[in-house]
Amino acid sequence: MVIAMFGVSVIVFALVHMIPGDPVRNSLGTRFNQELYDRKRAEAGLDKPLLEQFVRWIGNAVRLDLGESFRSNRSVTSVVIERLPATLSLALAALVVALLIALPVGLLSAVKSGSKLDYAATAASQVGVSIPDFWSGIMYILLFALTLSWLPPSDYESPLNDPVEFLRHLVLPAVTVGLVSGSILTRFVRSAVLEALNQDYVRTAMAKGLSDRQIVFRHVVPNAAIPIVTVIGLQLGFLLGGVVVVEVIFAWPGVGRLALNAVGDRDYTVLQGAVLYLAFTFLVVNLLVDILYHVIDPRAELS
Amino acid sequence: MSAVFEGGAVAAPLRGRRAEVWSAVISNRLALGGLVVLGLLVVAAVVGPTLAPYGVNEQVILDRFSGPSWDHWFGTDDLGRDVFSRALVAARGSLQVGAIAVGIALGLGVPIGLVSGYYGGATDAVLMRLMDIVFSFPAILLAIAVVAVRGPGLGNAMIAIGIVYMPIFARITRGSVITVRSEVYVRAARSLGATDARILRKHILPNIVAPIIVQTSLSLAFAILSEAALSFLGLGVQPPQPSWGRMLADGRGFIKQAPWIGIFPGLAILATVMAFNLVGDGLRDALDPRQKSVIESRGQNV
Repeated sequence: MVIAMFGVSVIVFALVHMIPGDPVRNSLGTRFNQELYDRKRAEAGLDKPLLEQFVRWIGNAVRLDLGESFRSNRSVTSVVIERLPATLSLALAALVVALLIALPVGLLSAVKSGSKLDYAATAASQVGVSIPDFWSGIMYILLFALTLSWLPPSDYESPLNDPVEFLRHLVLPAVTVGLVSGSILTRFVRSAVLEALNQDYVRTAMAKGLSDRQIVFRHVVPNAAIPIVTVIGLQLGFLLGGVVVVEVIFAWPGVGRLALNAVGDRDYTVLQGAVLYLAFTFLVVNLLVDILYHVIDPRAELS
Repeated sequence: MSAVFEGGAVAAPLRGRRAEVWSAVISNRLALGGLVVLGLLVVAAVVGPTLAPYGVNEQVILDRFSGPSWDHWFGTDDLGRDVFSRALVAARGSLQVGAIAVGIALGLGVPIGLVSGYYGGATDAVLMRLMDIVFSFPAILLAIAVVAVRGPGLGNAMIAIGIVYMPIFARITRGSVITVRSEVYVRAARSLGATDARILRKHILPNIVAPIIVQTSLSLAFAILSEAALSFLGLGVQPPQPSWGRMLADGRGFIKQAPWIGIFPGLAILATVMAFNLVGDGLRDALDPRQKSVIESRGQNV
């Protein structure tokens, strides 16, 4: 875990420093003069050798100090933290949407495998995993915001200011991301439950004369839960980091869009901070899933 | 004698199975549907520019924003360009990026997985750790970072997507190698004095090719989706070459006024991605029913 985090940091640092263009010169714009430029560069430590810059950056990063933005001169840590409520609320809401779809549909689909319902669910999830979310998002905006005027087309409202507006703004992006995630999860839930249904203990339970309901909820679900939890964790990891395009479409002020804008602005420090945060979140969520795995299934070894 | 043993024994059953797999895929109606769509796409990619009724950058300002009609099947965009012609020609770029990106992922990932699974130990630990690190980057962000370093464009989009998908191939290959590396035929080859490189190439690779083929089809689906996303963000295919992602981004501003500009390129992406997914699923059922799909193992879209 620590090794992985270190590796991620090295790659982030290296990638960001390979980006052509000079952030200091950019941030000065028309105010450029050599003396100011040299001073700014020295302040940012950019005149030092790369290795020294890296050691300093890592040392500070461990203390949650990610430096200052070249654009706004604000601390990168606070710029990233500011974006967290939007990112977290979208990721969690999308996960809720995904689970509300995937758990019942996947379970029913497996239990009634081969039925019309199974066929319809499989077809729907096939469309769901293939749909580009940046397209479906625009289609939802067209239908629910521009045509029916039920929901706002974009932007974010803080839950502290106006909880109702916050939820209304959250619906479309959450559904856009959640339907895709939900389709992926549905397929997984279905195959995990199907696999559990074919085990010997299910046959034993049937032979004992247990009802279908008892078999499904007492024997199948707990056993299918183990692989399902892993995938839910993976999904959450990706949701916390991977919805850049949907954030762009809905003008959602999350960390993904922060990173994308930082690329355009050549704001090294913000880009480093944002990508580092996203990759770390993924690693941490994975670690938590590993631990949870161990709790659910004591046979599993902690890796 | 050793030539017969090394060449024949391993390859013959594989060849015999090819017809079997093919008929299994064909008899799967969904997979067949996917194959038909892919066939049409390949035709569009090869002869699209000659089939297109209008030039991709031919602007008829008087015909701006006209809806779908006999003259313009998919309507026209804000510059009076024919959306159908542009969507048709864009198929080439999309398939190209997908194929080359997945080629890069295969070319890097499979050898890494082979070495990692075959040698095990410290080599395995180091290589897999590296793959984990690449894997822990949000895919689209890694692609954005690569494009930021190397500049936007088709070539860089391919490299970026290829790197993102490399760990999946490495992992799948490694897992399969581990299951076959202590099989009798591998030990037999070794006792006959075959080198490691020869064992990997002639004995292990042919036996683990099934999951890699399935993965290739499913990864093509995701690569095309990623390319569309990058182009949507303006980081992939550059104008004047048309691309579905870019067309969608351009049409976004006129979505209320002229929804067809955005709807059709999106449908094209959906159809292509779905076709690759269906073929991949069909191949998996035919080749290796126990394997989980990439969707389930990676659990990610864009």
